[in-house]
Amino acid sequence: MKRSARGAGTEASSGLLLVSPPAIYALVLLAAPLATIILYSFFTDGYLEVIREFTFANYRETWVNPLYRTVMLRSLLVSVLVTLATVLLAFPVAYFVSFHVDPSRKSLWLFLITIPFWTSYLIRVFLWKVILGYNGVVNSGLLSLGIIDEPLTFLLYNTNSVVITLAHAYAPFAILPIFVALEKIDRSLLEAGQDLGETRFATFCRVTLPLAMPGVVASVLIVFIPTIGDYVTPQLVGGPEGRMVANLIQLQYLRLDNYPLGSAIAVSAMGIVAVISLIFLFLTRRYLKGPK
Amino acid sequence: MRGGWFKVYALAYLVFLYAPIVLLPMFAFNDATVIAFPLNGFTTKWFSEMWVAPGLWPALKNSLIIAVSSAVIATALGIFAARASTRYKFPGKAGIMGLIMLPLVLPEIIVAVSLLVVLLGIGMPLSIFTVILGHVLMTTPFTIAILTSAFQSLDRSLEEAAYDLGETPISAFRLVILPLVMPGIISSLLISFTISLDEFIIAFFLGGTQVTLPVYIFSQFRFPQSVPVIMALGTILVALSILLLSIAEYFRRRGIAKSGGKDTGGFL
Repeated sequence: MKRSARGAGTEASSGLLLVSPPAIYALVLLAAPLATIILYSFFTDGYLEVIREFTFANYRETWVNPLYRTVMLRSLLVSVLVTLATVLLAFPVAYFVSFHVDPSRKSLWLFLITIPFWTSYLIRVFLWKVILGYNGVVNSGLLSLGIIDEPLTFLLYNTNSVVITLAHAYAPFAILPIFVALEKIDRSLLEAGQDLGETRFATFCRVTLPLAMPGVVASVLIVFIPTIGDYVTPQLVGGPEGRMVANLIQLQYLRLDNYPLGSAIAVSAMGIVAVISLIFLFLTRRYLKGPK
Repeated sequence: MRGGWFKVYALAYLVFLYAPIVLLPMFAFNDATVIAFPLNGFTTKWFSEMWVAPGLWPALKNSLIIAVSSAVIATALGIFAARASTRYKFPGKAGIMGLIMLPLVLPEIIVAVSLLVVLLGIGMPLSIFTVILGHVLMTTPFTIAILTSAFQSLDRSLEEAAYDLGETPISAFRLVILPLVMPGIISSLLISFTISLDEFIIAFFLGGTQVTLPVYIFSQFRFPQSVPVIMALGTILVALSILLLSIAEYFRRRGIAKSGGKDTGGFL
């Protein structure tokens, strides 16, 4: 009796009822605030308060002012470089763990890979400053080996150092989705490829790689999207040449108290990221369809 | 050797991943104010200085209050979401779950400033409470990721057996499902606690005058003389997170073994 009472209609309503606490939380504290900053980005900044007059001036400022445009383009460039570096470096590791590690030890490898990701982000970034600095680990190492005569100065306080540090920070994020995709590949497909006379490399290119693409696409997005908004890394290791959009947003909000302009910069950055991600998804769409 | 060059590469990659963490204790025990090589002899004085560092204890207290509250609330919300998404079909599921999981990919600074605007707009003073609001938002997707795999590996027939034996949905959940997903819940509590303890941006924007441990650490980076103390503090924090994560991993695996699922590895 009780069982028959739980038909399709009640299943939907109990599902909705159950999901409502987290959904309402996200609606009130995420969706509504996001809508608010979009609204604010069209308001005018007054002396002590925001004037509720509709304007495009903030967006004009964000897109035309060379200062903001440079930072925006640099953030984009850094994100693209970090994503490329992270995903390319991560792929062989994910491949190794999925194909060459004994199944019983895979969890251990994944655990080892994820640990650095969870440990004190601030201190890790600061230590990159120590590694790349004028008296840093790299410089003192190269000096004592006699490879260089004086410390390299291009390592710290520029875009390079931001890219290296972020690539390090997001490494585990890139490995996991690729690993999951590789794990799903039916191993008999690879044997079939080789039985049909393909070399190992050809099998990799024609079977493994296309099947791993959903994971690659996921890791590209999961690295690319948050990277553009990173604040700590450019602040600590970027120097004046390495400032990114998050530093600009922080400046507008906390120092200059210009919420509308800060919002316009934030919304623009999100918009650019969303558009690029959608284009990327569109370009890779043929790999993302399920098996036919 | 299995893997050959791949193994060499993967090990080199691990070295790259762990390089900063290995350096941390070296500088924490190094007898010099400047954080650079060559090292200058062993000392534990930075650890004893840490003990009396002004501002550290209040920051630690704030961080612990925030991390414990966020972990409990986020895990509670995560249980609802994971249960709903693994057990029920309902309209708008993909959209609703997408919204809840969005903070996983959204840059934290966006979450921080949008919450800041709203909180100031409704006149709520910035405090520990507002940081908790933000941290719950950030950590809930991680709890859902962990709890979903715990709920997914549940055998539906166990629940049905409970109904046939006359249990109500609530008592069946409490008596049958909850014990089976308990390891997942513990793992989720530990992970969200660790994330909250380490989170900087939201605490920086929403904390007002209340300083958390990462905000304290960030402020100390400006003073070169206090950096060795931060290295000592960092060593303890890293050791603590590794311990917590190992316990979390233990419970996650036990949970999967308990409900008879297959270990797909990893927290995500």
